[in-house]
Amino acid sequence: MKLNNLNIKEARKGLENKDFSSLDLTKACLDQIKKLEGKLNAFVTITEKEALKQAEAADELISSGQDLPLLGIPIAIKDNFSTLGIKTTASSKVLDSYIPPYDATVVKKLKDAGMVLLGKTNMDAWAHGSSTETSDFGPTRNPWNINHLPGGSSGGSAAAVAADEVIAAIGSETAGSIRQPASWCGVVGLKPTYGRVSRYGVIAMGSSLDSPGPITKTVEDSALILEVLAGKDEKDATTSPLPVGNYSQKLNKNMKELKVGISKEYFVNSIDKEVQGEIERAIKKLERFGAKIENIKLFDPKYAIDVYTIIQRSEVSSNLARYDGIRYGNGRDYFKDEAKRRIVFGTYALSSGYYDQYYNKAQQVRTVIINDFNKAFEKVDVIIAPTSPSLALPVGATKDAAMFGEIADVLVEPSSIAGLAGINIPVGFSKSGLPIGMQIIGPQFSEELVLSVAYEYEKLTQNEEWRKLKPNL
Amino acid sequence: MKIDISHIAKLANLPLSSTEKAKFEKQLGETLEYIEGLNEIETKNTEPTSQVTGLENITREDIAKPSLSQKEALSNSKSTHNGFFKAKAILTE
Repeated sequence: MKLNNLNIKEARKGLENKDFSSLDLTKACLDQIKKLEGKLNAFVTITEKEALKQAEAADELISSGQDLPLLGIPIAIKDNFSTLGIKTTASSKVLDSYIPPYDATVVKKLKDAGMVLLGKTNMDAWAHGSSTETSDFGPTRNPWNINHLPGGSSGGSAAAVAADEVIAAIGSETAGSIRQPASWCGVVGLKPTYGRVSRYGVIAMGSSLDSPGPITKTVEDSALILEVLAGKDEKDATTSPLPVGNYSQKLNKNMKELKVGISKEYFVNSIDKEVQGEIERAIKKLERFGAKIENIKLFDPKYAIDVYTIIQRSEVSSNLARYDGIRYGNGRDYFKDEAKRRIVFGTYALSSGYYDQYYNKAQQVRTVIINDFNKAFEKVDVIIAPTSPSLALPVGATKDAAMFGEIADVLVEPSSIAGLAGINIPVGFSKSGLPIGMQIIGPQFSEELVLSVAYEYEKLTQNEEWRKLKPNL
Repeated sequence: MKIDISHIAKLANLPLSSTEKAKFEKQLGETLEYIEGLNEIETKNTEPTSQVTGLENITREDIAKPSLSQKEALSNSKSTHNGFFKAKAILTE
């Protein structure tokens, strides 16, 4: 058994039983990173020296009987989370030498929980995209086929988890940036409710949408990390005061009590037929496990593309206004095409005389989308849909596509706009060997339910042949 | 639709070459056209939503707490003077 192949639960057990040390585990991950980075480019920065030190410190704590949820577990973090003393670029040359003087709340919580930080993962520059192809440090490749993209913007985190370079990783989602790369890379990606996890210290994209969350090998690991990350933070006024659940202890849901909503609006015309077939098979399985499947009609997600484009690009233009090259980072001439395109649109939409026509109109339709989901959740507990309408696209697919990210994420945008909880879980593979993912969407703050449904599905399909597959790298 | 791309670039403090201006003007026009579908949705009596979880007026006690030191705050700046950020003059005589 290669140690880097373990998930968090298995690794914790091994550390506890003294089968191996955190140093062994960390070295196994670093070896895998060294072996694969030339092919994958999942990392912007690898923090080998610090990781080895943290692993040794964790081993001492373990032998002194300390028990922390992530003690000694090697984790990678997307490069838009500020890390004290470690370069943080958001994959943009604007920040190619920026060393944050503080930790993001998410990073601080992970450190307090005992993690070993392996490095910072590659992403679409500023998280603008769904391919990791717009990174100023080169695209990340999909571990299942390196001629294909990993999705994005948290593509580095998803690829690193899929390739067993790390035990788990952290991503952030504005609309799709956790769930979509998790889908394309065949891993579990949780987008928590807006405000469930603090945004403090995350390089801001769309401030009314941004939601940090875990990318993991199993649903149980996802629950475990959410327990660490979630909660009110006085440094982020939009974090919720609602109590944090014992997510990993409450992973059970009697499928016979579950009402699942399916909306044909989410099986868009452009959907890949293999994706559609695999999701329909997964729904049939849920029905066989006892869930009640109900057809519902959701607001057409095509309007979410418009709403998301306006809200996100407007907030992007405002958030990127701070990069002036005076206090930190390089000047505004370092922005590349995608950021410029979004700044131009957002500035236009927010400029004098256009506010009502664009931003305000989008925020009104946002209300329509929220009300539509509220109505649906009176009838069903969760909604199930494909995460992405396509399989992982070939490298180069997003070149010169002026709205690639916004259009590719059509199926995850409505729930992001409404701030809902959602998770991607892998359900199978295409004939060409690319992963297919299904999303489970629940109401705001329904993380316990969404994780439980995902966990049950994972458990009941544990013996399916495809689960034995590993990327051939 | 008339787009004054130079005006937008100025508002955004974004240096754009003339080639870029032509490209982004065209793409902005296309994107504005794309999102026109939104007008099909009737919103005359709909309130806008800016905060999705409904939190309002989140405040804290006005008490000073430890923050970054001056040295830390200046640590990433390429140009400082006597413990200050140094910027180009904005006002001229």
